[in-house]
Amino acid sequence: MLDILYSIIPQMLFFAAPLIFTALGGVYSERSGVINIGLEGLMVIGAFSSVTFNLLYADVLGDATPWYSLLVAIIAGMLFSLIHAVATITFRADQTVTGVAINMLALGFGVFMIKQIFGKGQTDFISQPIYSTDVPFLVDIPVIGKMFFNNMYITSYIAIVLSFVAWYVLYKTPFGLRIRAVGEHPMAADTNGIKVYTTRYIGVIISGALAGLGGAVFAMTISLNFSVSTIAGQGFMAIAAVIFGKWNPLGAMGAALFFGFAQSLSVVGSSIPLLENVPQVYLLIAPYVLTILALAGFIGRSVAPKASGVPYVKGSR
Amino acid sequence: MKMRRYAVLLGLILVVGVVLSACGSGSSSGQGGSGDSFKTAMVTDTGGIDDKSFNQSAWEGLTKFGEDNDLKEKEGYDYLQSNSASDYAGNLNRLVQSNTDLIFGVGFKLAEDIGKVADQNKETHFAIIDSVVEKDNVASIVFEEQQGSFLAGVAAATKSDSGKIGFVGGEESELIKKFEAGYVAGAKSVNKDIEVDVQYAGSFGAPDKGKLIASNMYNSGVDVIYHSAGGTGNGVFAQAKDLKNNNPEGNYWVIGVDRDQYDEGQIGDNNVTLTSMLKAVDVAVARVAQDSKDGEFPGGEIVSFGLKDDGIGIAETNTEAYTDDIKSAVDEWKQKIIDGDVTAPGTADELKAYVDSL
Repeated sequence: MLDILYSIIPQMLFFAAPLIFTALGGVYSERSGVINIGLEGLMVIGAFSSVTFNLLYADVLGDATPWYSLLVAIIAGMLFSLIHAVATITFRADQTVTGVAINMLALGFGVFMIKQIFGKGQTDFISQPIYSTDVPFLVDIPVIGKMFFNNMYITSYIAIVLSFVAWYVLYKTPFGLRIRAVGEHPMAADTNGIKVYTTRYIGVIISGALAGLGGAVFAMTISLNFSVSTIAGQGFMAIAAVIFGKWNPLGAMGAALFFGFAQSLSVVGSSIPLLENVPQVYLLIAPYVLTILALAGFIGRSVAPKASGVPYVKGSR
Repeated sequence: MKMRRYAVLLGLILVVGVVLSACGSGSSSGQGGSGDSFKTAMVTDTGGIDDKSFNQSAWEGLTKFGEDNDLKEKEGYDYLQSNSASDYAGNLNRLVQSNTDLIFGVGFKLAEDIGKVADQNKETHFAIIDSVVEKDNVASIVFEEQQGSFLAGVAAATKSDSGKIGFVGGEESELIKKFEAGYVAGAKSVNKDIEVDVQYAGSFGAPDKGKLIASNMYNSGVDVIYHSAGGTGNGVFAQAKDLKNNNPEGNYWVIGVDRDQYDEGQIGDNNVTLTSMLKAVDVAVARVAQDSKDGEFPGGEIVSFGLKDDGIGIAETNTEAYTDDIKSAVDEWKQKIIDGDVTAPGTADELKAYVDSL
């Protein structure tokens, strides 16, 4: 039994890390009142920019390359999310439609730029990915050490710590209160002197930064290259995690970890005595069935921020 | 106002399109096979001719054929890129209308459309790669992947210290089953007791799933994994390289597929790619094109490429890992397959019969 946990938990954590980052981004955007279907596209931009940067600068920066690549991805994600922000907040375009456009634009842009820069349809593997490590000292703790500190990606820890930071900021600081107010009742917030547009811009830009980071983490740890199919559905899983987690950073983290757990279980399942004889196809669909069940029954009603999806027009009621 | 202008423009384009396509089909009647200047072209699937895989290899074959016969690109040989599955039929028709003698469809995804277009244009010759279309004017090019996979299995079993090897498939299908059956048979031929862990990711484009599976396999003591899973295989490489980075002495090997994946396995001074099962689409394309030009188009036939005609091979790039005893074992079995002493199984039933006979 312990052996199974030893293999499931590290797998769950590396699978979940990109989803956690992206889902946290989704929470901030939606909490400020802007639906962001474009998370997938923002992840694509993150993956594209980090891989490109990594390939071009690996010679100069050496071992530090992946960390700079993540930084580049964050900036690229922020810039790209500005398109969404300008369209939906300033010009009050339909948020869902703009998000879909972001997804298409990002993929087209990424693949086009790869062709321009490298002259082929997909990049080579990066030479400086993020490697997993054992955490010194902690790994020697019996049982727990092997479960949580053995062959782990530092990005997984960052994701979990960031979830708590995000929760603290959203619920315990004035800035978080403003974000939530703007997403629930922008007019009331406006009459209290909160700058609705600015706050929403910040929400969307945070989502761009985090989704870019999520895409980059995926590229740096899992796919190691960029092609048209590198990011295929992770952004939408992150959106599911946002809803599953009831628009709460910690809930979103829990949901992403749950997805990782289910995926890992579907793979490890074939070597667990109890599940050994289950046909593989059932194990393959298990993550999705579990997700639907969880969404349908176990978490209770999941209510979106009230003003999410509604453009704010100053002075209207 | 603006909307109306666009509507008019759209209408104009439609009209022009209809008129042009009508002209096209008018002039193409009675064309095909016997033109004085030979023209051939291929329609890619959604990968494009620089996908480092199938389409690229097919295009290299066509280019080689063109150069061998002093044909000019665009005039003698050409390609049309498909950006989505809905482009296939349109691209095929465009080539028919520009009097192309032989049209290649690259990949099994084009099979259905090739069938339809071939029915409508019986004078034009078609060839489909990796699938079978039973029409008199279509040549079906298939590969004996089970033979190459058999050799991959031989290499894996010879390399393995733990007596456990793995196979990661993309989507479970008849085609990928060929890889699996050949691989298992090859491994069992060398070591009857070897354990082969077979897992399907359910997708060709899920590196995360590939990494999960590989992580689990290496954890359970598997030391060589053969992947036949396209982009999902990237995750297998990622996991092997990550483990190798933490433990440079450890045995974490990957066997690549379709083309030499040596570059994918490079990590610092080490390389985790033991070998790769090579599928020489270029050889096949060049030969069918040449036959067709010489008036011997294999219409209605299934043209099969295997070890014998270098349509299938095994890479020997990683000289450090791919040691001499592996090479001699592989060569020995290769000869047996070529001589017909051994038939590599291509289905689950054949595999069972083969393993029972050992």
